Amino acid sequence: MSARTLPLLFLNLGGEMLYILDQRLRAQSIPGEKARKVMNDIITTMFNKKFMEELFKPQELYSKKALRTVYDRLAHASIMRLNQASMDKLYDLMTMAFKYQVLLCPQPKDVLLVTFNHLDAIKDFIRDAPSILNQVDETFRLLIETYGSLSAGEFQLIRQTLLIFFQDMHIRVSIFLKEKVQNSNGRFVLPISGPVPCGTEIPGLIRMFNHNGDEVKRTEFTTDGNYVIPQREGSFDLYGDRVLKLGTNMYSVTRPVETHMAGSSKSLASRAKENTAPNPLAKEEMNFLARLIGGLEIKKPGGSETGFRLNLFTTDEEEEHAALTRPEELSYKVINIEATQEPGRQEELARILGELDVAEQRPARTAKGEDLLALMDGL
Amino acid sequence: MAAADTDRMYRKEKSIPLKSSSSALYNNLSVLRLPDKQLAYFTTVHSTAVNMVSASGDGLSFSHRLLQAAWCVLPSRVLLVLTSQKGIQMYESDGSVMVYWHALDVMERPPAQAVFARGIAAASGRFICVGMSSGLVLVFDIPPKGTNITVSEVLEEHRDAITDIAAELGRPPDGAGDLVTADDSGTLCTWSSGEEFTLLHKIPAFGCTCSSVKLWNGIVAAGYGNGQIRLYEAATGVLRAEVNAHARWIYALDLAPLTGKLLSGAEDSFVHIWKLSKNLDTEDIEIEHCHSECVTDTQICGARFCDPEGNSFAVTGYDLSEIFRYSQV
Repeated sequence: MSARTLPLLFLNLGGEMLYILDQRLRAQSIPGEKARKVMNDIITTMFNKKFMEELFKPQELYSKKALRTVYDRLAHASIMRLNQASMDKLYDLMTMAFKYQVLLCPQPKDVLLVTFNHLDAIKDFIRDAPSILNQVDETFRLLIETYGSLSAGEFQLIRQTLLIFFQDMHIRVSIFLKEKVQNSNGRFVLPISGPVPCGTEIPGLIRMFNHNGDEVKRTEFTTDGNYVIPQREGSFDLYGDRVLKLGTNMYSVTRPVETHMAGSSKSLASRAKENTAPNPLAKEEMNFLARLIGGLEIKKPGGSETGFRLNLFTTDEEEEHAALTRPEELSYKVINIEATQEPGRQEELARILGELDVAEQRPARTAKGEDLLALMDGL
Repeated sequence: MAAADTDRMYRKEKSIPLKSSSSALYNNLSVLRLPDKQLAYFTTVHSTAVNMVSASGDGLSFSHRLLQAAWCVLPSRVLLVLTSQKGIQMYESDGSVMVYWHALDVMERPPAQAVFARGIAAASGRFICVGMSSGLVLVFDIPPKGTNITVSEVLEEHRDAITDIAAELGRPPDGAGDLVTADDSGTLCTWSSGEEFTLLHKIPAFGCTCSSVKLWNGIVAAGYGNGQIRLYEAATGVLRAEVNAHARWIYALDLAPLTGKLLSGAEDSFVHIWKLSKNLDTEDIEIEHCHSECVTDTQICGARFCDPEGNSFAVTGYDLSEIFRYSQV
């Protein structure tokens, strides 16, 4: 499958994460200066030059579990902390949102417009910090350079690769349920009306030609679909009207965002299979994580800034309850790997993890998902 | 146009459950009919697993990303061919024994470009053709039995990744060839198969990916990313019909050779049935719409007729863990 999918996956999921964190920071009434610091720290870390270079290298997509570890690091790049239950919920919301956006893109190239929508919003979050703005623009240019000249067929391969990544995820998200874009069984609503993509004609016309190429017959057929001509095409430049709404911030009004964990039993069954089958990509995943996390420069917070805990739920009790009742099949346990025999690899990871060791405010307990080395030792 | 005359309704039958859901890949449904045993087998691809189902079917599992699974029916044997990023595998039709494995040359490709095999068809009762992401088409010579399968030729006409390959399903007129190959750019090539394959025509792209192609009585039926179905004369490459069929990317086409019915499935959730015919006086190729089904909230990725008359068909879609079946009433 496409080896150019990771940057799009990472940036869009990152964008959704920032939308959600921004909304929760406001909902939890975190003081403006602290909230801005958190957003700036995370965005600075995300768009770090070394990290972006690693990201844009042609490579396969890794599992949801492996990627989750990177977002875990990212979310803790500042003075904010999240419990495992909140981190799980955050990741659920991020992935379901991007899955929805990819699925509903009218044409494959629109995945790039969705990415630009996320980046436009990120630039708005940091509009008061010109140095970080520069980093984001650099990434924008890198995106245009990498994807600007790909054909529709190549974009469709990227989209297919993304859809395989999101396959079998049917977590119900209350904002989607309320707006009727998701059914109660967790599947997204695919409208059979609306504008056709640019370059596609409204279905209905049949034209027949003779061997000279002259049109000799014309007929029409009707279906239940109700399509209209498309609007203008969105801009693929550094600045411009993207036209497409997918990828813009749907949380811009403060309202509690819930996710429901219950999926259909079928999706749970297939998820369970994924968790228990031996993962042949495990070693490559470890290498990927080491390289990617190695590129993340996590700043140590200044002495005067005190940390705080963000809750993705409305109360602490709800968060605890969610942690206890999360179905086993939906848990993002870190990849089950065979302990690598290379001592060099272990040392390198220890060094990287050591560099990433942030402040003392960090809770004493280490979530299984965060301590890769401990996991390896535990096997 | 009086649609009522030609629309003989199809009724939904019992679905077939799958052990894993179907992936969003082109032509992601293959049907093998065993008329003497009154059985049909269906296969779809889920990322790392192949679903193969029938009354007693079971799933197979593989460790690398699969792109396509298709049965190739030759006079003496039926092989199940699987394509992936690592290579091409051929199995006896029930998936029990692997008879051939062809690894893809990953090292020769620059890392940014995807490497995979896609597009499978049996030609002239002796060959199996498989397409590659490089645009090459490998032609395998298949003996009546055993594992002595060899690469007899490599066809080098396409410059973009192959999307689909189809062999003539009916009786071609002279000069029409018996094989058509399609690629990501929308270019189509018609060939005459044999000890040495000959390129007959190269139908240029018009700016849209051709994801699925069929060949019947010298007519090429091609499905495109802009939702259009186009019919070409294989012998001359001339465009004979253009249908604004779907509102989104077409993922699958199938043709029932005994009646000329054409089935199309796309991301817009619709499956359409068309009827191809030749006007005996004018020699013009005609196509009319017969029937449509909307598979609610589903992006269709596989659609096949279950019998050569087209009295029944099967459909699957992205994230669906079942195959929907419809039969004519």
